Amino acid sequence: MAEDKILEVKNLQKHFHAGRHKTVKAVDGVTFDIYRGETFGLVGESGSGKSTTGRTIIRLYEATGGEVKFNGEDVHGKKSKEELLKFNRKMQMIFQDPSSSLNPRMTVMDIIAEGLDIHKLVKNEKERKARVEELLQVVGLNKEHANRFPHEFSGGQRQRIGIARALAVEPDLIIADEPISALDVSIQAQVVNLLKKLQKDRGLTYLFIAHDLSMVKYISDRIGVMYLGNLVELADSDELYNNPIHPYTKSLLTAIPLPDPEYERNRIRVPYDPTVHDTSEEPEFREISPRHWVRCTSKEFEQYKKELK
Amino acid sequence: MSKLLEVKDLAVSFNTYNGEVQAVRGVSFDLNKGETLAIVGESGSGKSVTTSALMGLLPKPQGVIKSGEILFEGEDLVKKSNKEMQKIRGKDMSMVFQDPMSSLNPTMKVGNQIMEGLIKHQNMNRSDARKKAIELLDQVGIPNPEIRINQYPHQFSGGMRQRVVIAIALACNPKVLIADEPTTALDVTIQAQILELMKNIQKETDSAIIFITHDLGVVANVADRVAVMYAGKVVEYGTVDDIFYNPKHPYTWGLLGSMPTLDNADEELYAIPGSPPDMLNPPKGDAFAPRNKFALEIDAVMEPPMFKVTDTHYAATWLLHEDAPKIEPPESVKKRMQGFANSGGDQ
Repeated sequence: MAEDKILEVKNLQKHFHAGRHKTVKAVDGVTFDIYRGETFGLVGESGSGKSTTGRTIIRLYEATGGEVKFNGEDVHGKKSKEELLKFNRKMQMIFQDPSSSLNPRMTVMDIIAEGLDIHKLVKNEKERKARVEELLQVVGLNKEHANRFPHEFSGGQRQRIGIARALAVEPDLIIADEPISALDVSIQAQVVNLLKKLQKDRGLTYLFIAHDLSMVKYISDRIGVMYLGNLVELADSDELYNNPIHPYTKSLLTAIPLPDPEYERNRIRVPYDPTVHDTSEEPEFREISPRHWVRCTSKEFEQYKKELK
Repeated sequence: MSKLLEVKDLAVSFNTYNGEVQAVRGVSFDLNKGETLAIVGESGSGKSVTTSALMGLLPKPQGVIKSGEILFEGEDLVKKSNKEMQKIRGKDMSMVFQDPMSSLNPTMKVGNQIMEGLIKHQNMNRSDARKKAIELLDQVGIPNPEIRINQYPHQFSGGMRQRVVIAIALACNPKVLIADEPTTALDVTIQAQILELMKNIQKETDSAIIFITHDLGVVANVADRVAVMYAGKVVEYGTVDDIFYNPKHPYTWGLLGSMPTLDNADEELYAIPGSPPDMLNPPKGDAFAPRNKFALEIDAVMEPPMFKVTDTHYAATWLLHEDAPKIEPPESVKKRMQGFANSGGDQ
């Protein structure tokens, strides 16, 4: 394939122990690739494992199984300190709740510069200050903000600080876990516009995790839909919205209310019935048309193919 | 249509250590029988405070109703004592809150929580109330209500808990149901179920609903009429079609423009710059002016009154004054409106 893969996730699993004999399979065999420079959206309901997937990729959780290759290198498994440092620099994360992901006792300057210090990217205090001020400007804040503490900012501004912190070490890939869910509508648009602009200017790649499907559609090039720890469908975002194949995707798409009364009056919701699936064999992730993948059994595969035409 | 509830020039302030926060600054609207009024706005716009005032649930002593009237079937609720309000709350007017986990009592079986209102307001005995509670749980779509009635809130999922809260709110057949962001904490598919449930119940009981939300998709789905709030005031007010297809206030343009539609991936979203004003010192003139690129000079000096667009549609912006320059909504918003008008019905 001509496109350059920045991240390859193969059969990723993350199981949590819940009680003595119980495990929760939060992520159970997820496979996808992310190409350099694109935005890959991951959607699903709460409990579908989308956040766990993001957190496992960046090693906030230790994976139970499977592999993650970043720039062609396996990032999981035992690693030396130096290797980890290098990896951590190239992959950064933006969290959902900007008030709990910023240390309340650190100034904005120290929050943003923490990565610079760890990776020894600045030589002296002066350079550090200049770099932080530049980053603040990039995300639309003033340099006077550097000496303040997080509680002095509004939610949208805090999220901008979180973005500046992620950008500080010049990462290639940013994992954004519901970065706008906690913000007001008018502020959401500001942050999304900022993320899009940064991507254009810096050639960033995003893994964008969210449950707001219209926003995901807006920002993503490709979208993966998760349900109970599995990816059930993956396609280019237009294709996914125009030709949803998996019954769960269909139900999800017909459940979103759009800001259009006329459309709302005619919208018919298709509820998801998990019993419609063929249970004769274990479903697999199959490519139903170029770049469009669906989790299905071989029987369903034939059926879906007919539906597609 | 008969007016059930009339709010006239309501103003609510909170006394804090830093001074007086003017959360609501003169809000007026009315509610007819059997209709749904949606109140939209950002956090801090005063939408939740307005409804707390309606229910007599303002935190005392900080929260004060400075002026205004709340006429419910002709009676002014502002003048009522707490004791009198207790007779109305849960009976004639009831409320569904955002977070079902914190609005249910975790140490009480859900059955008892539903029966509480029935016993108190309708003088039912326990066994009748229990029967009615089972009926209600069934009505809100909870399977096996006979078993579920003996369970505690933690044994329910988020969507199921919200159904229980709705069952409690509906127990005494209220005339007005106030739903404060009832689906914000829920997933889209669950949200869709709860919205359908509320609409069906409204059809059956003919109760009026005040629906508070910041999600314009939900508004388009449930509302008959919409009030857009900003900085403690209603800035635009009209039927759902007025607001979505012919918005007049720049703030409404901004709200509509900041929501992506399903076919505008290439354009930048129309974002409202800046952030909402601090209600400790509300700005002079039009509160939205500092964020409004269409602001006129007069906006900095004088607050705009409500201008009439049609019989059902009002907006508070100087742009509607006859001397104001003709200003078109931003291109992206216009296109959206057009797109809506065209796409209506298909898909």
